[in-house]
Amino acid sequence: MSGDQFTYVDVAAALVLVALALVLSWRQRLDLERDLLVASVRAFVQLTAIGFVIALILDADRGLWVLLMLAAMLTFAAFTAARNVRVVPGALWLMVVALGLASATTLGVMVVLGIIPTGARYVIPVGGMIIGNTMNVASVTALRIVQDAGAQRGRIEAALALGAEPRAAAHGIIRRAVRLAMVPVIDSTKTMGIVFLPGAMTGMILAGAPPLEAVRLQVVVMFMLIAATGLAATTVTWLMPSRLFTPHQQLRRFDT
Amino acid sequence: MTDDAHPPKLAVHELGVVARRGAEEGQRIVDAVSFFVIQGGVFTVVGPSGSGKSTLLRAVVRLIEPDAGRVLLDGRDVTALPVAELRRRVGLVFQRPAMFEGTVADNVLYGPRLRRECPERDGPEARDLAVPLLERVGLPADFAGKPADELSGGEAQRVALARALANRPEVLLLDEPTSSLDPTASRRIEELLAALAESTDLTFVFVTHDLHQARRIGDHGLLLVEGRVVEQGRLPGMLDDPAHDLTRLFATGRLSGRTGESLRDERPAAGAGPDDTGTLP
Ligand SMILES: Nc1ncnc2c1ncn2[C@@H]1O[C@H](COP(=O)(O)OP(=O)(O)OP(=O)(O)O)[C@@H](O)[C@H]1O
Ligand SMILES: [Mg+2]
Repeated sequence: MSGDQFTYVDVAAALVLVALALVLSWRQRLDLERDLLVASVRAFVQLTAIGFVIALILDADRGLWVLLMLAAMLTFAAFTAARNVRVVPGALWLMVVALGLASATTLGVMVVLGIIPTGARYVIPVGGMIIGNTMNVASVTALRIVQDAGAQRGRIEAALALGAEPRAAAHGIIRRAVRLAMVPVIDSTKTMGIVFLPGAMTGMILAGAPPLEAVRLQVVVMFMLIAATGLAATTVTWLMPSRLFTPHQQLRRFDT
Repeated sequence: MTDDAHPPKLAVHELGVVARRGAEEGQRIVDAVSFFVIQGGVFTVVGPSGSGKSTLLRAVVRLIEPDAGRVLLDGRDVTALPVAELRRRVGLVFQRPAMFEGTVADNVLYGPRLRRECPERDGPEARDLAVPLLERVGLPADFAGKPADELSGGEAQRVALARALANRPEVLLLDEPTSSLDPTASRRIEELLAALAESTDLTFVFVTHDLHQARRIGDHGLLLVEGRVVEQGRLPGMLDDPAHDLTRLFATGRLSGRTGESLRDERPAAGAGPDDTGTLP
């Protein structure tokens, strides 16, 4: 690192670490060399590209551009999440609604309460963080529900046969799926500062901000992510039953 | 007994189910099956493995949507009922019943809890409701607190029966309820069902692959082979004087589940009359 700035030379130097991972993978026959290389190259190219885009949008600082950027991130996230559960009819829309509702509500509250300013410099990185995290939680929730609907078919049908409405019959698997998907969010909140120093805070400290200010930002981020992911998971559980069951309250079969 | 003023309790009319997947895809796994049961009666469905007995029962309570035909409860088409109400009134005990998480009492009280007729939490009050139901199926009171996933197949079978009875159904569909029991336990279930049939006006449809058991349990029944009714009527008659070769083969244990395409063209044997055969007029 030369001075306070990261240069491309620093990035190249960090490649030594990737090389180390490649050697390990090759020695242990993990067969991950290709994936590791592709992932590293993709991360670099994608982040550089988005860096230019963000620089452009920050320079312009126009509301419409910011919204377009958020919409693009949301669409990509919804596609990614929906691909995991493509056996479910209307999976893409389900994800668009779940991620959109959760992100818009959380980001809206942050802006309205004045927790973050409206500028592109704030809305885009915070929005990206929210969308990324809701994508993970919504994906895991939906995927788990679909898998359990298959694995627990006997129980669900037994409940239906006793006159349970679909939502009641699927209650157990839905609850378990949300709990499972929220575990990483809750655990990382609990162990924050002890086990690891989270990204936003690390970034601010690296950039030279006073540590206590970085801490305040990080706390805000964690609260925000709990709200956003909780909302996303809940929306998925609202929307799933009508897709798991037919209108006549029969459990569909999903060939996963 | 079954005129318009007094319709049968349950009537199944030309019911058909087409396989949507698997090797049978496109074929009728239940093909134009008709029968009826009067209130308090016991009707038995007999057939070899894979003949469509379970599918038939599932279609009656719309766990599978029938592709053809109608099901009438008290003379009214069940598609006019809310599905959950149909399933509350017509109970189905599965061939291999799945237990819910929790205790045996939690399982037995699942239906009452759905309708908020019973406390949510396990406790003395809940146990008081569960124990009489367990005793009705021949399980001791201390079973109430047992974790439901520790039950043997036969015990689970009885808990499933108690669970269905807790719903106070009008019709009970039983899918081979004795198939995982030893002969003694199986006899006890038969006696229990006989006692239930005697003491309540519950209506039964009993599925079994054993013609002799069918005869001990009910006096009317049908033989299902490859989704079709081969013969139906009074059970002693069907056994002692079969109208159809397949019935004879089945009764003597020489009919296997899948007998090949040849069967598909055979027509069901004509029965005597609607009252005897259980076919709708
Ligand atoms: N959902 C389904 N999709 C396609 N085929 C099915 C489906 N369910 C059952 N089948 C097929 O339909 C046929 C009848 O199955 P069913 O379970 O009704 O038989 P059964 O008479 O109950 O047999 P058993 O005595 O062994 O329980 C079988 O060949 C089975 O493979
Ligand atoms: Mg069966």
